[in-house]
Amino acid sequence: MSDSMGKIVKDGLWENNVVFSQLLAMCPTMAVTTSGTNGLGMGLATTAVLVVSNILVSMIRKTVSNQVRIPVFVVLIATLVTVVDMAMNAWLHDLYKVLGLFIALIVVNCAILGRAEAFAFKSGVVASAVDGLAMGLGFTLSLVVIGLIREFFGSGTLFAQASNLLGPSFAFLEVKVPNFDGALLMILPPGAFAVLGLLLAAKHVYETRRKAAPVAVAQAA
Amino acid sequence: MSLDSIREKLGYQPVLLGVVALAASAALAFANTATKDHIAAAEARDMQMSLAQVLPEGFADNDLLADVTEMDGPKGKLKVHIAKKDGKPVGAVFQMAERGYAADIVCLMAVDAKGTLLGVRVLKHSETPGLGDKIEITKNAWIDSFKGKSLQEPTLARWGVKKDGGVFDQFAGATITPRAVVKAVKGGLDFFESHKQQILG
Repeated sequence: MSDSMGKIVKDGLWENNVVFSQLLAMCPTMAVTTSGTNGLGMGLATTAVLVVSNILVSMIRKTVSNQVRIPVFVVLIATLVTVVDMAMNAWLHDLYKVLGLFIALIVVNCAILGRAEAFAFKSGVVASAVDGLAMGLGFTLSLVVIGLIREFFGSGTLFAQASNLLGPSFAFLEVKVPNFDGALLMILPPGAFAVLGLLLAAKHVYETRRKAAPVAVAQAA
Repeated sequence: MSLDSIREKLGYQPVLLGVVALAASAALAFANTATKDHIAAAEARDMQMSLAQVLPEGFADNDLLADVTEMDGPKGKLKVHIAKKDGKPVGAVFQMAERGYAADIVCLMAVDAKGTLLGVRVLKHSETPGLGDKIEITKNAWIDSFKGKSLQEPTLARWGVKKDGGVFDQFAGATITPRAVVKAVKGGLDFFESHKQQILG
């Protein structure tokens, strides 16, 4: 059992990473990765929704018939996101001011429906929760990496305004490169495409090499 | 009958959809009632903070959130907060919106009794990051250039961005955004001028 859990986690974080392998959720990926902080916030909010939606879908998978499962999922996810949106607005208002826009965007994140359909509808509650968490964290990781790269080259900062999101004790994360204001292009939409494309290429090269490596060793021997 | 065979019946699906929709509506209604007051309180706190930013300290001694009148603005109803000192109205704070590059830019502006701007802040906008977002005080001090301006100073013809022969700076690569803010503030001053009697009573 622990073996398959490990596989689920590995799938979510790397092998089947929402952004870098499945190429899902491109809309939020492109839109919010103007800074590392934005990416982190969006990623964490999405993770929370993904875990709960996976659990709920897994719980009702025996009662929902195949033919109407998609509308059921859509209603479920939309309700969930709206509730999270209202709850954050009420009780975590400062955080909500930073993330407010992104929360509503989670509804259009096809990765959530994708996981409900591809995993949670066929799997047990615990496995689905782990899958939601792993996929969410993989998504978060991708957004933070893209966000940091764009932020660094675009505005010459790293994790700007992180203390707004995580609290004043995280102010040490904020880095400003002196005498460098960055190239605006990286903050604008083309920058997102460029960074994503380069990262995809890098991942591809890395994986090709890794697969080729054992063969090369075997041949050398 | 097992669950599997019930699930395949034609009547089961509409019932299921109905139940799901009902449960979703119930959850939303419940969440709405549970959060309504907290959200209103949080927004009032936000408003209080914005008011403190546009009004100089000690300018007014009343609760601006309570002293509100609704008036006919250029674009429908407008909530005007009246600033009072020792019971006498000394100025007003209100919101003005103008279409920017992407969507409406909402400005909060404070005007004293003579029609001079005490301060302007942008409350909401969706301008291009890195270009148009310099209207935010956290990114640029530009918005403070409105302080002390009125309909007399600068003259009417110069109420615009420099590109249009006005006195306000535009940003490199973004003219539409500052143009919209200038227009919003100018509209607010016009509104104040024409409703002065009503506001200052």
